[in-house]
Amino acid sequence: MEQSEQNVAAKTELPKPTALEQAAPQDVSGTPGRPIFDVRNVSVWYSAFKAVTDVSMTIHENEITAFIGSSGSGKTTVLRAFNRMNDLVPGARVEGEMHYRGTPLYGKDVSPIAVRRRIGMVFQKPNPFRKSIYDNVAYGPRINGERNRRKLDEIVERSLRRAALWDEVKNRLKSSGLALSGGQAQRLCIARTIAVEPDVVLMDEPASALDPIATGAIEDLMRELKKQYTIIIVTHNMQQATRVSDRTAFFSVLTDSKNDTRTGVLIEYGSTRQIFEDPQDSRTQAYVTGRMG
Amino acid sequence: MMAVATEQPAADLREPAGWRRTKNRVATVLMWVAFVCTLVPLGFVLVTVIAKGASAISWQFLTKGPIPPNVLPVTIGGMGPAVVGTLEITGFAALIAIPLGVLGAVYINEYGGNRALARLIGFMADVMTGVPSIVMGLFIFTIWVLHFGYSGLAGSFALGCLMLPVVIRSSYEMLRLVPDSLREASYAVGATKARVTVTVVLPAAIGGIVSGALLAIARAAGETAPLLFTILVVESTNTNLFSGPNTALATQIFINAQQPFTGAQQRAWGAALTLIAIAFILMLAARIVTARFTRYTR
Ligand SMILES: Nc1ncnc2c1ncn2[C@@H]1O[C@H](COP(=O)(O)OP(=O)(O)OP(=O)(O)O)[C@@H](O)[C@H]1O
Ligand SMILES: [Mg+2]
Repeated sequence: MEQSEQNVAAKTELPKPTALEQAAPQDVSGTPGRPIFDVRNVSVWYSAFKAVTDVSMTIHENEITAFIGSSGSGKTTVLRAFNRMNDLVPGARVEGEMHYRGTPLYGKDVSPIAVRRRIGMVFQKPNPFRKSIYDNVAYGPRINGERNRRKLDEIVERSLRRAALWDEVKNRLKSSGLALSGGQAQRLCIARTIAVEPDVVLMDEPASALDPIATGAIEDLMRELKKQYTIIIVTHNMQQATRVSDRTAFFSVLTDSKNDTRTGVLIEYGSTRQIFEDPQDSRTQAYVTGRMG
Repeated sequence: MMAVATEQPAADLREPAGWRRTKNRVATVLMWVAFVCTLVPLGFVLVTVIAKGASAISWQFLTKGPIPPNVLPVTIGGMGPAVVGTLEITGFAALIAIPLGVLGAVYINEYGGNRALARLIGFMADVMTGVPSIVMGLFIFTIWVLHFGYSGLAGSFALGCLMLPVVIRSSYEMLRLVPDSLREASYAVGATKARVTVTVVLPAAIGGIVSGALLAIARAAGETAPLLFTILVVESTNTNLFSGPNTALATQIFINAQQPFTGAQQRAWGAALTLIAIAFILMLAARIVTARFTRYTR
């Protein structure tokens, strides 16, 4: 634990966390985790198309934050802004302020590589490399300079165990990562993400291809991981949000019939219990009670 | 079984008759016709070359020199100098063109984005593909041979220029097929662009890149016109690629086939068969090598 954190700090160019700012306006009285992300008036554009507008929220350390909302409301877009994945989309642009541990994520001398090294991501569609299972998991550590064979063995086993995949693949670590079922492939991708010991794990509907048992395993994994990491998860499964998350953000689409534009907005953000039991906005209420979306 | 059959009418799962079935069958027949149409000339060429060339082939023919004068029978001397020349010249051309071409394609697809330079390179490569090989020979003749004389190297330059656009184009198409989700997976653990390219994109595309490069080599090995202007013709083996005239199988076929003498004719057929065999062996070897790279495709 100690050691890995030092590792993280040593390998990244991001400055050390500065004094953290006070809880932000949207903050709610939930479990007290220190703020890790501070998002202020963030809008994301794809070329001339404004996909999400004016999102402000504070994400807390060692918590699971769930993004829910209808399709096209910008959950993935916002999630990808957290580790500068949108930089890879030609024409994509982020406006507004995003702070990670006191450092502006889109600051002038912030390296997206260093950002992604600390803020990992699991994608909606499993995307294992065309390499062996072992090499898939060892990929991140190797990229970051780990060459020691024994250490790599350890990392691979630990990551696969945590991703609840070890028992299924321990006898065929050398076989292809593509010769796995969809659910196994997704767990392999999770193992690959946590193998680099990130600080934050972003998950975009990680369980949408999984059966209930594997989903349960992933949820157990998330609860386990949040002791060490901070997790943001996009999900369409509201039971899942209530089962695992500490806070929930509800996104929706604003349709402007005059200009025929559809823009995602953050409608409500609060503790999961509050969002599901006592939603303040009628749209949130409609969504969580299943009367919409 | 019987009980089921009597309880309800059996489901009719045969292909329904009508226009759709007709269309399907017509399309199937057309595809078979197209298949046969392409295979027949190919097979014909192969059978003729083997039938006429096999009798010329011997260990002596493949390895010994010098190449005898046209009037002599095929049993005297051998094509050794031409085999050596072809391997040297095409090999060095591949050494120049393949790395350059693959790197060019990587630039266009991974780094260039929508930049003008990337589009210009892509466009120029396409234009270069259309340049007749004889023009490429003349080009090397004027910029190289006139200053430094005939040599295998000049031939390699000409062949390399012919291969380059083919390698760029085929590699580019292969890189484009690599799904972005793989690149993102690599970026998401903190890889740099160079790392993503080397550890994820190139391995995923390697099979296709090798195929494209091989086709380029095979085509270049059979080119005659550009070599006539750049390497001249000699009868004995010249192992020095960098100086002095050289010879190659393709040019030997060209020269010998024009002669009325039986010996020359047989030598031409034999050289043709040798060329085909070299291409075949090359393809086979490369397939085996790439099978190692692509073993995780499933
Ligand atoms: N690469 C892109 N280029 C242009 N527009 C995009 C791109 N990705 C997403 N969009 C648009 O941005 C809007 C938000 O998309 P986003 O993928 O963030 O929605 P989402 O909430 O994740 O939806 P879902 O629940 O279906 O995954 C949509 O209108 C979508 O069409
Ligand atoms: Mg999405």
